[in-house]
Amino acid sequence: MFEKVLTRNFGLPRSESIGVYIANGGYQALPKALHECDPEQLIEMVTASGLRGRGGAGFPAGRKWGFMPKGSDIEKYVCVNTDEGEPGTFKDRELVEKDPHQIIEGVIIASYAVGAHRAFVYIRGEFFLGVKRWIKAIDGAYAKGFLGKNILGSGFSLDLSVHRGAGAYICGEETALIESLEGKRGEPRKKPPYPASVGLWGKPTLVHNVETLANIPHIINRGAEWYSSIGTPKSTGPKIFCISGHVRNRGIFELPLGVPLREIIYEHAGGMTFDKKLKAVIPGGASTPMLTPDQVDTPMAFETLEEAGTMLGTGAIVVMNEDTCMVDVARRLMRFFAHESCGRCTPCRTGTQRMLNILERLEAGQGKAEDIETLERTARKIQGLTFCPMGDAAINPVLSGLKLFRDEYEYHVTHKRCPV
Amino acid sequence: MQEGVQIADPARRSMLLTALYIAQEQYGYLTKDAIERVANRLRLPVADVYSMASFYSLYRTEPTGRYVLQVCEGLSCHLVGGADRLVDYLQKKLGLEVGQTTRDGLFTLETVQCLASCGTSPAMRVNDALYENMTPERIDELLETLRGYHV
Repeated sequence: MFEKVLTRNFGLPRSESIGVYIANGGYQALPKALHECDPEQLIEMVTASGLRGRGGAGFPAGRKWGFMPKGSDIEKYVCVNTDEGEPGTFKDRELVEKDPHQIIEGVIIASYAVGAHRAFVYIRGEFFLGVKRWIKAIDGAYAKGFLGKNILGSGFSLDLSVHRGAGAYICGEETALIESLEGKRGEPRKKPPYPASVGLWGKPTLVHNVETLANIPHIINRGAEWYSSIGTPKSTGPKIFCISGHVRNRGIFELPLGVPLREIIYEHAGGMTFDKKLKAVIPGGASTPMLTPDQVDTPMAFETLEEAGTMLGTGAIVVMNEDTCMVDVARRLMRFFAHESCGRCTPCRTGTQRMLNILERLEAGQGKAEDIETLERTARKIQGLTFCPMGDAAINPVLSGLKLFRDEYEYHVTHKRCPV
Repeated sequence: MQEGVQIADPARRSMLLTALYIAQEQYGYLTKDAIERVANRLRLPVADVYSMASFYSLYRTEPTGRYVLQVCEGLSCHLVGGADRLVDYLQKKLGLEVGQTTRDGLFTLETVQCLASCGTSPAMRVNDALYENMTPERIDELLETLRGYHV
């Protein structure tokens, strides 16, 4: 059985408290990092661990740290992305509610490594309990001297505070998050420059997802070699998978990256509810193209899912059985993207709305013969032409649906109803 | 907000999201007056502040009922028989459509996008509290409890 790393304390009473965290080996990586390592060594260690970002893009964390300019005379910031909103994903909320100190320890070490003295938590406005847990945890860390001036006598100082978002999925995109922290509409910035050179208030900024940061103390405690022995060579470490939809045991499962999708669905999640047949799986949240039953042996790793034509994304698996209407699925996901498009660029703003109109028409049995082609053409007109990755994300449900279940779309047009 | 405190740039503008939350709490929703006060306080154009209030979905520029019932219409909630079913149930039970408020001013019904409760779906939010694994029976209990506070 896989030894849990990130969720090992989740079952303990009051797992969110600083006392429980410390009693179970917490805040032991911090003195090690501050007293025994210089920043450069920490960057090397994280690079060697192979840790990749857990927010969806999978960018190597060590490289991101390495991009931050060196020099103590430069004002730098670290941002903690808790703006979880990708449909199907609920791991970050659990991490913050059940073990926030693990993330804080990661934030302090990351800030020390890149030379930042100010860090900000950006949390989704809807996460009311999460906001409370963050604030309490930060207060606890200050009281123990893990935050504030001259942390553990190291000479390193860091302040950490919480900023509550106000309801916008797009703020999970790092430059939109920075805009929102600055008190602006969460509209993504043009890249380059990347936040590592021009970020919050124009200063170099490191933005990490909470799950990414939660890995840091363990890498420091147990070493890069131990960490990279978990998972596959290109996707190292443990991952919190979220599984929802038509399975018996929905929830989160921490497993090594590279675990076959089949094992997650049929062993950990207990298989399909009512023993129905599997029809399709979204492997990494709403933005990732679907997989079919013949692909369930795909290992859940960045590189293998890419080979299978999709992405690991946030590791949020949505399982759908034989009774699921794929046009309805696309319509629901498109309603999400149309609602969450920030409106800045035309292809995403009007494209998602047009696709939604067509999907609603098809679902209502009023589809026209040319609708499917228009749908596909609209999706292609968005592809690669938007300011941020959201445009490409929004077309995935439609393009993968049309690729895998085109006959079902056609049935909606010819029979004016759903085949399932 | 305390008057007379000098706020330094650029942190001044960063206070906008928080300031709007505070104003919303004080006024019930972001009235014209509330938005103007926030704008004056932070020395920002009124149109600029209004554009923020309209961009973020948790800010309201219209009054709501005492309890805002937000049913998640995400895919994972739908797959397990939530979303539409719960919305239909609430519409019938409260005698209103999505977006409307009951005549006694107690409940407003809304649908929202993914609440990150996909493993415990169907989910809904009532003001700031999250309710998971919802069924019509549990909705009945919830509404009864909330009504009980206002007899």
